[in-house]
Amino acid sequence: MNQIVHIFPYLVAGWVFLCGLYGIATSRHLVHTVISLAVVQTSTYVLLLNIGFRTGGAAPVFADISPGITTVDPIVQALMLTDVVVEATVMALLLAMVVKAYEKAGTLSPDDLRLMRG
Amino acid sequence: MIVFRYLILLLVGITALGVVRTRDTTCQVLALSFYGLLLAVMFFVFQAPDVALSQIAVGAVALPLMVMLALARMKHSSEQQKKKQEAK
Amino acid sequence: MNGAWRMRIFFLAAAGFACLYFLAVRNLPPWGHYRGPYGDVMATSSVFQRHTTDVVNAIDYDYRGFDTLGEEFILFTSVLGVMLLLRDPEKNKGISRSGNMGQATRFGAAGSYAALLVFGLYMTTHGQLTPGGGFQGGVILATASMLIYIAEDFRVFKRITSHPIVEALDALGAAGYAAIGLSAFLFSAPFLTNWMPLGKTGDVFSSGTIAAISACVGLEVTAAFLMLGYTYLEEIVSETGEGG
Repeated sequence: MNQIVHIFPYLVAGWVFLCGLYGIATSRHLVHTVISLAVVQTSTYVLLLNIGFRTGGAAPVFADISPGITTVDPIVQALMLTDVVVEATVMALLLAMVVKAYEKAGTLSPDDLRLMRG
Repeated sequence: MIVFRYLILLLVGITALGVVRTRDTTCQVLALSFYGLLLAVMFFVFQAPDVALSQIAVGAVALPLMVMLALARMKHSSEQQKKKQEAK
Repeated sequence: MNGAWRMRIFFLAAAGFACLYFLAVRNLPPWGHYRGPYGDVMATSSVFQRHTTDVVNAIDYDYRGFDTLGEEFILFTSVLGVMLLLRDPEKNKGISRSGNMGQATRFGAAGSYAALLVFGLYMTTHGQLTPGGGFQGGVILATASMLIYIAEDFRVFKRITSHPIVEALDALGAAGYAAIGLSAFLFSAPFLTNWMPLGKTGDVFSSGTIAAISACVGLEVTAAFLMLGYTYLEEIVSETGEGG
């Protein structure tokens, strides 16, 4: 039981990842697929954040605390910070592709996109 | 505080399932917006204010806005095509 | 392949992943007991080495600067892709929608726009001191501009966001980052070396190239999100205007 408490946050990350994959696998609407992909993406945030977390650690900003106080890991935060913003533009690109696919094929269901099969 | 952190993680897990289980895309955008805000709260609680600030703006406003606009655009283009067919 | 079979295969794969993931995660250090040395080294040394009080930005724009440059170009190219796919100069004619929002909405939006503008600029320029920086400030500045669309009519929004200057600023932000990195060569130092005077810790003009790069990133992110917003809005609004 104690062990489960210690790995629970990592399990949440895996759960979010599987939820997103489930969404993609069962998707009947391309916009739904894109949003599910965004959910898959967020599982990495949950995992990284919890790997770098330290109980009682301060935020890694030394504007008003003296250097030397133990903080949480700033490196994983730097990894997430750029990803949050870049992810949004990648989603915009995917949505643009969805819009174009709809205009060309007239459908939004991945199963009906016969154009993809060549 | 520990309990609060576990609670937030639990909520994130539940909401993630909720977002992908919502089949109506307009409702899903709202769910995504809520999920983005929840993630921002999670970043604050886990001592990552930098990430939280960008997550608030991106997850709660920018990303749902873009999905909404894409949906509106597709709805609009299908109406446009219907009009064309009726004109023929 | 029909839906039922797809679900069976998915659940098989998911169960396999769940087992392996559980086994892998079991041996991670327990939650809340961070062990790795790198985070602690960064947290203690960057205040003295780079004169930044926000360690996350010191890592993003300096220690890990080359990687962030790559992400910057992902952002740049994906916005370029959206513009290529969705922009259609032929369709964008005859916008005749006039804003008929209530006075209260317009007044409120104008007030919050001013506040958000100041906040976004503060975020962009104080990234090296407090939480914030180019990425966050840029997104705030760009989303604040959506208020113009709400409060005024689309024409005002269009005049601001479709201006060639926005596209130029986008390119300038991306190029500025690379130029700051290349400028280190003038001092025969490696790419992205922090050669500018570091200044006094806690001062706005401290931390050398970190502040400069943060400002470039802010410029690019603002311009990128403005162009995204305009591109998505363009067709919907222009044609509703024609119809009535």
